[in-house]
Amino acid sequence: MTATANTACIPVLPRGVRLHHDRVRKVEVLLGPERTLMLDGIGHAILSELDGRRSMATISGDLAARFGAPVDQVSRDVETFLTDLADKRLVDMIDG
Amino acid sequence: MAEAAIRPPLALLAEVTHRCPLACPYCSNPVELTRAAGELPTDVWADIFRQAADLGVLHAHLSGGEPASRRDLVELVAAAHDAGLYTNLITSGIGVTKDRLAALDEAGLDHVQLSMQGVRAEVADFVGGYNGGFDKKMQVAGLIAERGIPLTLNAVMHRHNLDDLPATLDLAQTLGARRIEVACVQFAGWALKNRAALQPTRAQVDEAKRVVAEARDRLRGVLAIDFVPPDYYADYPKACMGGWGSTGLNIAPDGKVLPCHAAEIIPGMTFQNAAEVPLGEIWYGGEAFNAFRGTDWMPDTCKACDRRDIDLGGCRCQAMALVGDARAIDPVCRKSPDRGRVDALLAEEAVGADWTYRRFAKAPAPAE
Ligand code: SF4
Ligand code: SF4
Repeated sequence: MTATANTACIPVLPRGVRLHHDRVRKVEVLLGPERTLMLDGIGHAILSELDGRRSMATISGDLAARFGAPVDQVSRDVETFLTDLADKRLVDMIDG
Repeated sequence: MAEAAIRPPLALLAEVTHRCPLACPYCSNPVELTRAAGELPTDVWADIFRQAADLGVLHAHLSGGEPASRRDLVELVAAAHDAGLYTNLITSGIGVTKDRLAALDEAGLDHVQLSMQGVRAEVADFVGGYNGGFDKKMQVAGLIAERGIPLTLNAVMHRHNLDDLPATLDLAQTLGARRIEVACVQFAGWALKNRAALQPTRAQVDEAKRVVAEARDRLRGVLAIDFVPPDYYADYPKACMGGWGSTGLNIAPDGKVLPCHAAEIIPGMTFQNAAEVPLGEIWYGGEAFNAFRGTDWMPDTCKACDRRDIDLGGCRCQAMALVGDARAIDPVCRKSPDRGRVDALLAEEAVGADWTYRRFAKAPAPAE
């Protein structure tokens, strides 16, 4: 069993993990079992893309286009961020 | 500490009842249990959840006792959910029927944390003091998986089951849990009473650490493993509750608001009641919450220590229980003049002992 995701995988937030607007601290957070992740702008932008249809590669491409950033760099950020969350079971990777 | 420097709480542990069909000898509930008649009613809890959310709390953990012992559990979960909180049910599974689980699911329950007393019926039922408990729990785990409710297994480990750790990790996977908490018993409440019977040996602890390290690697992305090692064998204490009055609050069944579940053993400390005083006032201004906030209260050794902001001087209740002074350095710490007491206890208690089950004084075990 291996959990290493490739860029064709479709990342999704599993049930029990969700984005939430923290109205008291005025930040976006990711809530999961015993977990609270305060998100910065990039983290929030990435997680907001998860729609259960697009792969990591497509999401990286779309974000790169939207922010006018080099796709290599965006892909690295997206993969590192989402793989780390997948390791912690806060993101599921569906084979694409 | 100035109010501006106090951060809002992140989590609320709602101990909605002390009633429980089980009688685990390590239960973190106080030795003085609150009876049903003393429990807060539904609407007061609902108001507490709303206040908590306004205060900045994100997670509500509904715990006990066994929260399913309350008839209004579904309403309580709905109230926490409607307040905008992430709702986690901490249960032994006993009293969670198929219909009830469906109702909880519909009420917005986010997650279930199922406690494990052992991986085999003989051990689990012996530890929980409840025959048939293990089989019921397995049925409930099946129902949880059927509905797709996210599951964490909460395995409380001690001398009698720490050797079953590999089997416990396997069981977590079989039951479809995404997460497991391997929590070695922390000695407060009933566990303190039963320390000699529960304290694992050093060899057990070393082996457990090895098993966890290997499993974390092997199960990365499959099973998230949180491990709480027993702190008597550690060199430095843990930051209790992530720091006194810094991240969470506990509310007892009668509404008493505690900085940590064991805080009642500290003499001279008064706890305000959430049914009477607004939660925000208790969190920011309450005497109990301010007693050990930050670093001002610390002994000089801690103030000058480079771990000061990591463990914040350790557990106040442990200092109270072992040294008789809540303001002392946590005696687990190598820099504590009282570390010798901890070592002496470890040497003395390595032989084991019988335990006392957690039950209401003079009352028989409550029927389900
Ligand atoms: S630890 Fe055991 S006795 Fe205590 S509340 Fe949990 S299941 Fe009940
Ligand atoms: S001296 Fe105090 S701050 Fe330093 S490790 Fe020990 S308990 Fe923690």
